[in-house]
Amino acid sequence: MNINIASQINSFLAALVLLTAFGMLVQRRMYGLVHLFAWQGLFLSLNTAIVGFVADRHHLYISSVLTLTLKVILLPYILHVLIQRLKVHKEVETVVNIPMTMLIGIALVIFSYHLMAPVRELSTLVTRSTLAVALATVMIGLLMMITRKHAVTQIIGFLAMENGLFFAATSATYGMPLVVELGVALDILIAAFIFGIFFFHIHTTFDSLDVEKMARLKEED
Amino acid sequence: MKTYPFIIELLQIAILLGVSPALTGWVRMMKCWTQGRTSPGLLQPYRDIMKLFSKDVVLADNASWIFRFTPYLVFGTAVLAGGVIPMLSIDLPIASTADVIVIVALFAIARFFTALAGMDIGTAFGGMGSSREMTIASLAEPAMLMAIFTVSLASKSTSLSQMVHVIYSGHSLFRPSLAFAMIAFVLIALAETGRIPVDNPATHLELTMIHEAMILEYSGRHLALIEWAGMMKLFLFASLGIATFAPWGIASAGDIGFVPASFLIMMLKLGAAGAGLVLIETGLAKMRIFRLTEFLGSAFLLATLGMLSFFILE
Amino acid sequence: MIVTPMWLLSSSVLLLFLTVLLTPLIKGSQRFLINTSFTLTSVASLLGVIGGVWAVGGGTTEKIILEIGLPALPFHMRIDPLAGYFITVISLLSLFVSLYSIGYIKGYLGRRPVTSLVICYCLFIAGMLMVVLADDALFFLVSWEVMAAASYFLVMFEDEHIENRRAAFLYIVVAHVGAIAILLSFGVMAGLAGDFENFSGYTFDAMRQAQLPVQWATAAFLLAFFGFAAKAGVVPLHVWLPEAHPVAPSNVSALMSGVMLKTAIYGIVRVTFDLIGDFPWWWGAIVLILGLVSAVMGVLYALMQHDLKRLLAYHSVENIGIILIGIGLSMIFTSYHMPLLAALGLIAGLYHTLNHAMFKGLLFMGAGAVLHATHERNMEEMGGLIHRMPWTAALFLIGCVSISALPPFNGFVSEWLTFQAFLLSPALPNQLLKLLVPLGAALLALTGALAAACFVKAFGVTFLGHWRGHHTPRVREADFPMRLGMVLAAATCFLLGVLPTVVIDWMDIISEQLTGSKLRVSTGAYSWMWLTPIAPERASYSGTIVFLGILFVVVAAYLVLHVKPGAIHRAPIWDCGFEKINQRMQYNATSFSMPIRRIFGFLFNIKEQVKLIPRAAHPFFPKKINYYLRVRDRFWGWLYKPVVEVSFYLSRRVGRLQQGRIQAYLIYSFITIIVLLVFSR
Repeated sequence: MNINIASQINSFLAALVLLTAFGMLVQRRMYGLVHLFAWQGLFLSLNTAIVGFVADRHHLYISSVLTLTLKVILLPYILHVLIQRLKVHKEVETVVNIPMTMLIGIALVIFSYHLMAPVRELSTLVTRSTLAVALATVMIGLLMMITRKHAVTQIIGFLAMENGLFFAATSATYGMPLVVELGVALDILIAAFIFGIFFFHIHTTFDSLDVEKMARLKEED
Repeated sequence: MKTYPFIIELLQIAILLGVSPALTGWVRMMKCWTQGRTSPGLLQPYRDIMKLFSKDVVLADNASWIFRFTPYLVFGTAVLAGGVIPMLSIDLPIASTADVIVIVALFAIARFFTALAGMDIGTAFGGMGSSREMTIASLAEPAMLMAIFTVSLASKSTSLSQMVHVIYSGHSLFRPSLAFAMIAFVLIALAETGRIPVDNPATHLELTMIHEAMILEYSGRHLALIEWAGMMKLFLFASLGIATFAPWGIASAGDIGFVPASFLIMMLKLGAAGAGLVLIETGLAKMRIFRLTEFLGSAFLLATLGMLSFFILE
Repeated sequence: MIVTPMWLLSSSVLLLFLTVLLTPLIKGSQRFLINTSFTLTSVASLLGVIGGVWAVGGGTTEKIILEIGLPALPFHMRIDPLAGYFITVISLLSLFVSLYSIGYIKGYLGRRPVTSLVICYCLFIAGMLMVVLADDALFFLVSWEVMAAASYFLVMFEDEHIENRRAAFLYIVVAHVGAIAILLSFGVMAGLAGDFENFSGYTFDAMRQAQLPVQWATAAFLLAFFGFAAKAGVVPLHVWLPEAHPVAPSNVSALMSGVMLKTAIYGIVRVTFDLIGDFPWWWGAIVLILGLVSAVMGVLYALMQHDLKRLLAYHSVENIGIILIGIGLSMIFTSYHMPLLAALGLIAGLYHTLNHAMFKGLLFMGAGAVLHATHERNMEEMGGLIHRMPWTAALFLIGCVSISALPPFNGFVSEWLTFQAFLLSPALPNQLLKLLVPLGAALLALTGALAAACFVKAFGVTFLGHWRGHHTPRVREADFPMRLGMVLAAATCFLLGVLPTVVIDWMDIISEQLTGSKLRVSTGAYSWMWLTPIAPERASYSGTIVFLGILFVVVAAYLVLHVKPGAIHRAPIWDCGFEKINQRMQYNATSFSMPIRRIFGFLFNIKEQVKLIPRAAHPFFPKKINYYLRVRDRFWGWLYKPVVEVSFYLSRRVGRLQQGRIQAYLIYSFITIIVLLVFSR
């Protein structure tokens, strides 16, 4: 495969990752959110495989497959089950209205581009230009955790952030060492389980997954 | 001075006038199929227009000259826009009259007068339609401009013929910026042509109509002109999208032998665009008017992402 | 005597002053006074137009020194293409408005004497011309004050209403705060330009030659920009504008909105491009951002208005914003040494200056004609005037189409040029600007579309439909002089729209002098027809062909459809078969802008109440429903209230010094003398 075409595909996938990140930011429906998350994982996994091919790093194939099983199949499945069990699939409440969130998201993209411009000048990798996108994805994940009230959206935001970090690792240095990646993957999996258990507890205690209800936990004065 | 560009020009306007009802008919026909109804056929819009032309005009007592002038103006701007957008060939003598921004403004002038005509009679429906139409247009405009901006970044021009030319000769295969701009453009085109998530073209349901509300009092040849211009607008937006994002098949300058082939290719592409439109319209429900900020906001977001990804990724 | 542009302009100003002197002599017959004085001002304005056009076309720079004023501080006057351009803008509109005034001011006959109005009107125009002609800080400020004072009295003209007096007071306060900032700015520049011994630094020539250290240049720019922005009504310093402009007589409103604000634009261009000349990019960014904010906020506030003249006044805020966008872009490009693009931005801004003068003048004249005929400014009461006032309606419509930036009229040309300047911003070397500047283009597009919505509302509610008020007044069409003024302004709007290349070629010398490059908008055969900034393959527009094309299709369609005589039947309104429709059911100004009010509501201070009377019987059948809506400018609460409160507080404190005993005052003086002696020891 021509290196030029590969870098174009890489850019295109980066754009899609960013698009799904924005999609999650503005999506109101719970299932739609999970599906978008799965799509993001798929683009990530494809991107990893392509980078692995271009850079001739074979361990990237493994992490690509890992991403595919974990983030495209397993986690979305868990979330799906969770949403079904807890019956929370109605529209997501937002703290900030959606057009405003979009504008903040755009500002974050510009900011991360500005931040990454010097790195871009220094680096020689094919994937260097996607670094800004990776950083933006991380920040948008965080923004999502801030602007949403629902606990399930918060974990999706968290997972999206992790996606962004993974993407950053792939594009900045052609991926982390395999051991680290395996460890992170395991962490994510365990985190998801723990979140799931917590959700059940929160749900039984407050009869809702609205995290604003947790304000009740503070000391009354 | 060469004469054949003028012939192509006239041919293009003839196609615009002649084929646009067929495109609308095609969309309606496919919509019938997807919804399990029997369709009146591809030619029904022609029959409608002919019938309206042969009828007398019934005008409200207090209609002013604006009401009578508007159909002609709307028709005129649509025809002029058809002379500028490259459909068959980029070698159009009056193409340099207007770049994309001017074309958008041509649609804007038609909308301006349609809205005035809606207010002319002094009914509540007319005012409602005008108010909503202008609101939606003002939200769509920034998104439209960002989409134009993105495309003009890639082609270093806002002139349509030049855009087509550059995209032809470009060797880049995957351009995320153009892909984003295209999705944004589709959303805007849905809003501007009054298709389903924004407005329902088939409705006379009083509280949901927008465009229909403005032209409620029209009849006879005035209504025929407005309906025809509406069909042309759909056709023009489809051609505009094709010329900007999928220009393959439009004959380049001087290549007159290719024009018949490019006509066939254009028909295929328009058919595909119509099918896409039917898919969207069947799959979506009409939105509440205040949800449209989010819809058009997404269009703006996509167009802006296109612009950003041009700088970041390309 | 050789006739030169300067000679023409001086005689124009002199003629205006002569009119002022003549006025008291002939005030016995008010009708004669109106006819004579406004004819004289028309002649003076015509001289100004000729002089201005000539000065720009010939590219002449001419100076004279008047040995009047303070000893050893003579007044300097200078005409160069930039000044000539603004002279043209001012004189052209005052020519049309003066003609219009012959008819309009007669509306006051028998109601109140107009002598003071005529005097202030002449002084006002003369002041504006002198501001532009001035070539030293002293003469500039004197003229500036003449202009401000004359316009203050014009705003006060109908002084029996309290809101007029309040608006005029607010206006004069803001004008003076601005004037102080301008004075300080000139002080900074003059202080560095020459030594204080013989005080030679106050001429603009000395300031031009001086090399200002960057921090002082910045101080001078910020002060000048603050002062001029206050005059131009840039958000957030705009609050006086929608109060003062609507209450003045309409011919004066036309001049204030159309051209008085432009003297501030002139000041900004003169100070930055000419006097200082060398500046960092962020100056341009400030101008650009404030321009964008003014444009968007101006049009959104305008949409919320239901007073026709107030709506137009808010649109002046918007259009000043659009002008500043062009100038700000030009400043950014200049600071990166991109002369061609800088020329594009500057020409876009300046061309919009001329365009705005024409269409805003036309619209205010139209609003004046409506006011003259109906004695009503509230649009909620109007409607259907197109049937009674066909001329005014058609001309007002031309103004609406022009200001909404629709081809083939003039507003579109300058907005199109501004868009082109935006589209070329990716050439900037600064990474961050590259990403942020395009978003400005989106805001400009939003502004244009909202302006179109606003003028659909303004025209639709005022002229279309049925009369909305309870009592139908007897409405008569505007008389001949008023129509003449409006027709000329409308024709200018049209010509500026279809022949932009001619005008831009004429004014291109300004961009050459200020940015170092000509724009050269026209290329190739039939060059006057095609507007092609930068390069023909980059972008092109032909207003002429757009107009002819639409005209051709419209006429052809009309003729084809009227081959066989089809009947037109008049019938009652159909309205989906609803029979009991009445004029109170029409959409009015408030309901028209309701969706936009809801979408952009967070920008305003809105109070909305619906009261049902009585509630008791059944909630679904109230006897009456009261709807109360108040939309306020947020800047009142954010900026003006605090300032006003602080100043009242301070003045109360200072008021304690007022003891009323002569000994106390003597003690103050004594202490002052002691302190001064200590310091100047």
